[in-house]
Amino acid sequence: MTKRKAFRTAFTVLVTLVLLVLLWEGYKWMGQQTDDHWPGTQFGLPVSTNDLTMPHSGDIFNELTEEIRAGRETLPLTVYLAKKAAFTFLEAAIGFSLGVIVGLMLAIFMLRWRFAERGFLPWINVSQTVPLIALAPIVVTWARLQGYPDMVGISLIATYLTFFPVAVSGLRGLQSPDSSDIELMHSYAASWSSTLIKLRLPAARPFLFPAFKLAATLSVVGAIVGEISIGTKTGLGRAILDFSMRYAVWPERLYSSVIAASLLGLFVFGLVNAAEWLVIKRGREVLK
Amino acid sequence: MKKNRLASVLPPVIVGIVGLALWEGTVTVFGIREILLPKPSSIWAQLFEKWSVLRHATWETGKISVSGLLVGIFLGVLMALIANRFKVLNDGFTPLAIAINATPIVALAPIFNAWFGITGTFSNQAVVIAVVFFPVFINTAKGLNEVHPNEIELMQSYAASEWTILREVRIPNALPFFANSLRLAAPLSVIAAIVAEYFGGPQDRIGTVITSSAGFAKYDVAWAAIAMASGLGLLLFGSALVTERLSMPWRISGDIKDN
Amino acid sequence: MRDNSEALEEAVSVESADKVFNSGSDNEVQALLGIDLNVKEGDFISLIGPSGCGKSTLLRLIADLLSPTAGEVKVFGKTANQARLDQDYGMVFQHSGLFDWRDVSANIELPLELKGWSKADRHVRSREMLKLVRLEEFKDYYPRQLSGGMQQRVSIARALSFEPRLLLMDEPFGALDEMTREHMQVELLRIWRETGTTVVFVTHSIPEAAFLSSKVVVLSPRPGRIHSEITVNLGNRTDETREDPEFFQATTEVREALRAVEAN
Repeated sequence: MTKRKAFRTAFTVLVTLVLLVLLWEGYKWMGQQTDDHWPGTQFGLPVSTNDLTMPHSGDIFNELTEEIRAGRETLPLTVYLAKKAAFTFLEAAIGFSLGVIVGLMLAIFMLRWRFAERGFLPWINVSQTVPLIALAPIVVTWARLQGYPDMVGISLIATYLTFFPVAVSGLRGLQSPDSSDIELMHSYAASWSSTLIKLRLPAARPFLFPAFKLAATLSVVGAIVGEISIGTKTGLGRAILDFSMRYAVWPERLYSSVIAASLLGLFVFGLVNAAEWLVIKRGREVLK
Repeated sequence: MKKNRLASVLPPVIVGIVGLALWEGTVTVFGIREILLPKPSSIWAQLFEKWSVLRHATWETGKISVSGLLVGIFLGVLMALIANRFKVLNDGFTPLAIAINATPIVALAPIFNAWFGITGTFSNQAVVIAVVFFPVFINTAKGLNEVHPNEIELMQSYAASEWTILREVRIPNALPFFANSLRLAAPLSVIAAIVAEYFGGPQDRIGTVITSSAGFAKYDVAWAAIAMASGLGLLLFGSALVTERLSMPWRISGDIKDN
Repeated sequence: MRDNSEALEEAVSVESADKVFNSGSDNEVQALLGIDLNVKEGDFISLIGPSGCGKSTLLRLIADLLSPTAGEVKVFGKTANQARLDQDYGMVFQHSGLFDWRDVSANIELPLELKGWSKADRHVRSREMLKLVRLEEFKDYYPRQLSGGMQQRVSIARALSFEPRLLLMDEPFGALDEMTREHMQVELLRIWRETGTTVVFVTHSIPEAAFLSSKVVVLSPRPGRIHSEITVNLGNRTDETREDPEFFQATTEVREALRAVEAN
């Protein structure tokens, strides 16, 4: 039943992807015929269709196996991008882990003291309106002054983007148990901390996982943008920046690197989904 | 009522003042260098000194964020309504949108530059539109879809048309979801506008002010620019909250029911 | 035969207890006024009354989940607070309140875990409890996989797992269908007889109160007061008892008391 549904979803998504590729190629073909005008009119197309602006999807795909010079060695673009992605993944993973720890601690802190909730929650909301991305150059200067590698600064930026959804959803999840559940723990004369561990934290899981998913995506965004804004020597963000500068020569490479970034985002998202399945959903089908 | 409002405003104000005082105090007492962390008072001073530059830069970035935000919201809601009407589209596009939303959309900035050129601001606006579109679309589509079957059955028992069901059941149901996505998208639009700047476009905007001041070791100016950008984000976030209140008067907190 | 009433200990004694909610504000509510209630060990007491009469509030005073505004609540001769700290009672709510993420055994073992029992001991006890409520083969199921009646039986097993001398039940069968409900009543009486636990049972069902109780306490609303106490003696009850004239008489008595309450 669910298997069939999953199969159907995969199928529709695949068809949609194929349609998008066809749309891309169709638009390109049409533009080539009409010299970048809407057919039969004088109106120009919004995006021109030459091979520089819109390379053939096949060419982007082929480029992946092409060799690229990286320092002294040459290696296929796929391997090159995978190496960069691994570095970015590490930064994102550190940022994510720190963000989850900080977010959960804040949530528990606000749960414990009502004044803390009232006093801090508005500021936590405000914190997200501070474009920390803009702080990136400063954060990294700071990290360099302390003698830390750039990775530390970048991970901190990822942490900043990550802690917010965890703190906010975490608090909501910790506050989610029914009053009768709280009364039950109270009737056992359970301490605050055992109520937290036995009741509130497990009950918060359905709230936390969507937050983790958002946080995972944001940690990748933070890592890539951090790399771009501070000019590290490696990482996927660096690759995107490099290729965007040499766009006139190899447009396919920019597309490949952006696709690699998307795949990294999806990979991290998939990891959190898998963790969710392991922790919550496994073996919980309703029988009746 | 009045007492309640005070109780909700006072704690954040106290935390804010104590926080600022701690910041100022720590920097002064421990003699922390401006490079690491300037004092709030010197940032404040720079806000006045560099006001005309900062105001112009914030205005330029603000135009891109707000226009991109509005267009992104419009397209997101429109697409959600269309997807709700045609099941095939919903099945095919929604999972894809969720997947795309899990990717770093800002990385599209250089591609948009290639498409739309780097002389104007449209490439940057396009990044903001893309960043805003996906969360708005996903959440609104979810709200339109996840309606309690009983409510649909009730409407069908009144022989209501699809259009009436949309207006009376689906849209009200989707409003909280939409509002949530707005709260998420509003600050994101500022971040996206600043990130897009790193890849090109006119250089008289807030992100450039931050990077160039940081480059010249004028950290207090950089922080003043960050404060301006935060103000912009806060303004958009606040507008999202106000919109939420106005569109859903029935969800204003402080309900009457007791125990 | 000797008179037992003197020898038996008082399980619960409530003396001129008042409860006021939102004291001093515009929506102040006098929930309970001058409540006197005595429950002897081994008794099965029902609290019944129209909605808003404060029967659940009274139960929560006994459980020390709420404190009285005035008056005194004693459980087994101690303050209600001490009784809660000593875990002298188990509680069952209307909604089973089982934790979705724990299977049936783990739910029953929750209070034992909090008391620091060893895993082996917990295991032995949860087995016994599952046997008591006749759910042995469902020990590995999750609450959502069970029917409402089964969930409520798990909830009772959880409340009894640490062998409290008092069982407090807040409309435990209120969400069940009539058939299941009658079945659960017979089961509860069996468990009550087997364990000898004292029960205080909140309900809004007249036949339920009459069928289960040795004494029905009728409360009147706004403010909540004890209107009358009706002693019932149906002896050894089975499903057939529901067709006995004595049962009919008991329900009539309770119903008339409630009508008198409504008339006020």
